[in-house]
Amino acid sequence: MSGVNDFAFKMATVNGTGSASANSLLMQAIFRMGIPVTGKNLFPSNIQGLPTFYEIRVSKDGYTARPSEIDLVVTLNPSTYAKDVASVTPGGYLLYDSSWPLEPELVREGVTIRGIPFGKMCVDNFVRDRDRTLLRNIVYAGALAAFLKIDMDIVSQMLVEKFSKKKALFDANNTAIKLGYDYASNNYQCPLPFHLEQMDETKDSIIIDGNTSAALGAVYAGATVGAWYPITPSTSLMEAFTMFCRKFRTDPETGLGKYCILQAEDELSAAGIAIGAGWAGARAFTNTSGPGISLMQEFIGLAYYTEIPAVFYDIQRTGPSTGMPTRTQQADLLSLAYASHGDTKHIVLFPCSPEECFYMSPMAFDLADRFQTPVFVASDLDIGMNDWMCRRLTWDDAYVPDRGKCLTAADLESVKKFSRYLDAEGDGIAARSLPGVHGNGAYFVRGSGHDKHGMYTEDSDSYQEVVDRLARKFKLAATKVPAPEFHRVANADVGIVSLGGCHAAILEALDKMKALGINADYMRIRAFPFDTPVREFLDAHQTIFVVEQNRDAQLRSLLAIETGKPRDDMISVLDYGGMPLTARVVVSAVTATLTPAG
Amino acid sequence: MTSIAKPPVRHPGLRKNAIGFTQRDYEGAMSTLCAGCGHDSVTAALVQACWELDLPPHRAAKMSGIGCSSKTTAYFMKQSHGFNSVHGRMPSVTSGANAANRGLTYIGISGDGDSLSIGLGQLCHAIRRNVRMLYVIDNNGVYGLTKGQFSASADIGSTSKKGEANVQPPIDPVLLALTLGVTFVARSFSGDKAQLIPILKAGLSHNGLALVDIISPCVTFNDHDGSTKSYKFTREHDVEISTADFVPLRHEIRAPETDSAVNVVTMHDGSVVRFRKTHEGYNPTDRESAYAHVRACQQRHEVATGLLFIDESGSDMHAVSRTVPTPLVDLTHHELCPGNAALQSLMEKYR
Repeated sequence: MSGVNDFAFKMATVNGTGSASANSLLMQAIFRMGIPVTGKNLFPSNIQGLPTFYEIRVSKDGYTARPSEIDLVVTLNPSTYAKDVASVTPGGYLLYDSSWPLEPELVREGVTIRGIPFGKMCVDNFVRDRDRTLLRNIVYAGALAAFLKIDMDIVSQMLVEKFSKKKALFDANNTAIKLGYDYASNNYQCPLPFHLEQMDETKDSIIIDGNTSAALGAVYAGATVGAWYPITPSTSLMEAFTMFCRKFRTDPETGLGKYCILQAEDELSAAGIAIGAGWAGARAFTNTSGPGISLMQEFIGLAYYTEIPAVFYDIQRTGPSTGMPTRTQQADLLSLAYASHGDTKHIVLFPCSPEECFYMSPMAFDLADRFQTPVFVASDLDIGMNDWMCRRLTWDDAYVPDRGKCLTAADLESVKKFSRYLDAEGDGIAARSLPGVHGNGAYFVRGSGHDKHGMYTEDSDSYQEVVDRLARKFKLAATKVPAPEFHRVANADVGIVSLGGCHAAILEALDKMKALGINADYMRIRAFPFDTPVREFLDAHQTIFVVEQNRDAQLRSLLAIETGKPRDDMISVLDYGGMPLTARVVVSAVTATLTPAG
Repeated sequence: MTSIAKPPVRHPGLRKNAIGFTQRDYEGAMSTLCAGCGHDSVTAALVQACWELDLPPHRAAKMSGIGCSSKTTAYFMKQSHGFNSVHGRMPSVTSGANAANRGLTYIGISGDGDSLSIGLGQLCHAIRRNVRMLYVIDNNGVYGLTKGQFSASADIGSTSKKGEANVQPPIDPVLLALTLGVTFVARSFSGDKAQLIPILKAGLSHNGLALVDIISPCVTFNDHDGSTKSYKFTREHDVEISTADFVPLRHEIRAPETDSAVNVVTMHDGSVVRFRKTHEGYNPTDRESAYAHVRACQQRHEVATGLLFIDESGSDMHAVSRTVPTPLVDLTHHELCPGNAALQSLMEKYR
């Protein structure tokens, strides 16, 4: 099955020992050879000392989902030896540190063992303890370069770029790479049967993670206020926003910035800051993960009811409660769609890749302003923190932000009595006025019951008039949010529905199923609320599979609640162990259902 | 929060301020608080302070949380936007609004429940952030809207209307703020308009967070003999340890600056606060002595009032964040978006 430019390998190391830079060096070198590549960092919620894994998948066909099989594992962490060996596909390879005797648990029939004395070579060649630890990773990268036939010119060039200003570091890394490369070449047959050959498939691509691209999208959308409280796996989004603002929004002469980033005391405050800024007229956002969303509920309801725009990035992780902070899941779907007490419904966008995280950022800010409401971008740890290969990002310079119905001082000059929640145009969206613009636009924001004029009320009819309009506004939003993406084939037997980061695995599964004679149509949900094409797709297929990464089939529930399609008419394919989805999970579930038992 | 509109009666002889507004223009809807509530006196003082400062109403924003005190933002400056947020969260909403538009005057009105219990964390962090705002705590030691429970500012031994004694130690917002590095803190009494108005004016002109703790008796639930937040108790135990007089920028300063009994502090906008020392050795620009004096008064069961501490050299939230002077809401998209050419050059770093 595995072959040239079509295999996967995994590094099993200890976190905090510097393997990340070696792993990204390998991945980037393969990318620069023009070969499609993806990396998945499966790391612990810990600073130093626990097992960590990095999987690199090479796919000439361009598949970017997590690999279903591992052809080669580098085992540098004795505490995970048994699991590492078990994870290699039959006929695969295992690379271990032969500075020490071969542990019996590493031996497995059908797995070829290669030993290289990484530790010993580092002790022999480097003096400082730190170098001996960190450079061991570069030595294994060198060995892998030989086994997998990575272009050494590219690797050398990358070291030059990385350490151009640090001669000593460059020399040490260069020595380490060569130690590994030479040892493997001199002692073993290289390359392995599966290896790399130059291609030309990555010239229009980049390698980026979704938190970086979402932050970049927020900069391009014109967001000026970012409020946050650190939480894995969303932290790197605000770090990237800070970096891009410093780069693009800082006056080189004064050093002053056209942005304000506030690290709040908690997620409640972060939500309050974003909402306060949105009320004052800025494009504002906060980024968090599930536990933060729980804490923000009260403010989300306030923003919904008082109609204040703000964007919330939820980089989902495995729940419930603290859950597994460094594992992925799509388990916040229901808590986002109906966040906060009382009757509330929210716009939620579901990016499927870092690329879409970028493009959905301006969409999220436009929708928030247009519908004067909180908008959620439901990313996840896999999209947000892993390095994905995707198409180069571009920006349309003709973009004009949709700020919605926002009254200017000139508009307000002739207004005698401003009614904040009046549906003047019949589309469910009332015009808003910003503080500081004009005295005629003054009104009182209140989360308590209010009538269409914004005045306090306990009158049933006046109260209902406002909340009924909110429902109409939400209905209109269904037609303005990103429509689903449809992949249709002739004579489809089944329909597959999914969302977000499952996309890469589904695309691969569709090809695999086709080879097995199963023709499937696929609908990728890109936003909540759903418009009529969603229900039409569900009705057009005898068998519907809903693939998602949570235990309780939350997408299926949302589809049932909002479209009226009976829940039990849809078959759930659920994967919620915290790892990115593989095509195999989807193919197995579908074929098991379609193949009559017995 | 019922808001009753006041009849639009205009007296032709009402005095106008420098920007052409009468004091009535700074008023709001009719108060629905109990007759005699201290909070209404605070509202009246705010109306006068803003009128005297010639503050354009539409350039001010009134921020509040939940509670009797938070309702009062509806009762003044009807031409200003108001934001009645959620319980204890006014500081974060104000931080965000100020981040977006630093050009407005933010008036936060809170209470002892809103700021010292549910919102204590937000109060502390707004002080640390030094958000430029006037932060008023209408402090009555009691939860009025839920009918008379002790708040976190109730003194030990102070009794409820039903006669129960409070047993938990109080949180003093002034001492707390001083330890957190507040750059302006005052305490006053809703019944002492002469003291309160200059303090509010100075607070509104301060370059940072100006915290004003105002003892504001609850006539319905906490104005009895066993209360230490009653009119009677406060009048009997109020010790003014500094008298502040606020002189706006364009007004002539009459008293000579050489007057040794007067301590002059120049505000960020050039206006000045003049302190007349009424207490030997008190220095309102020295944090340590301010803390010691307030603490000493407390031990003697006295309520230290006046402008207790001021530091005009502090950096506000925007100075710390190094934000441009233009309010962020006034920047055009063109000024904020780097454009495609910059993006394409950035993309090279991701290859």
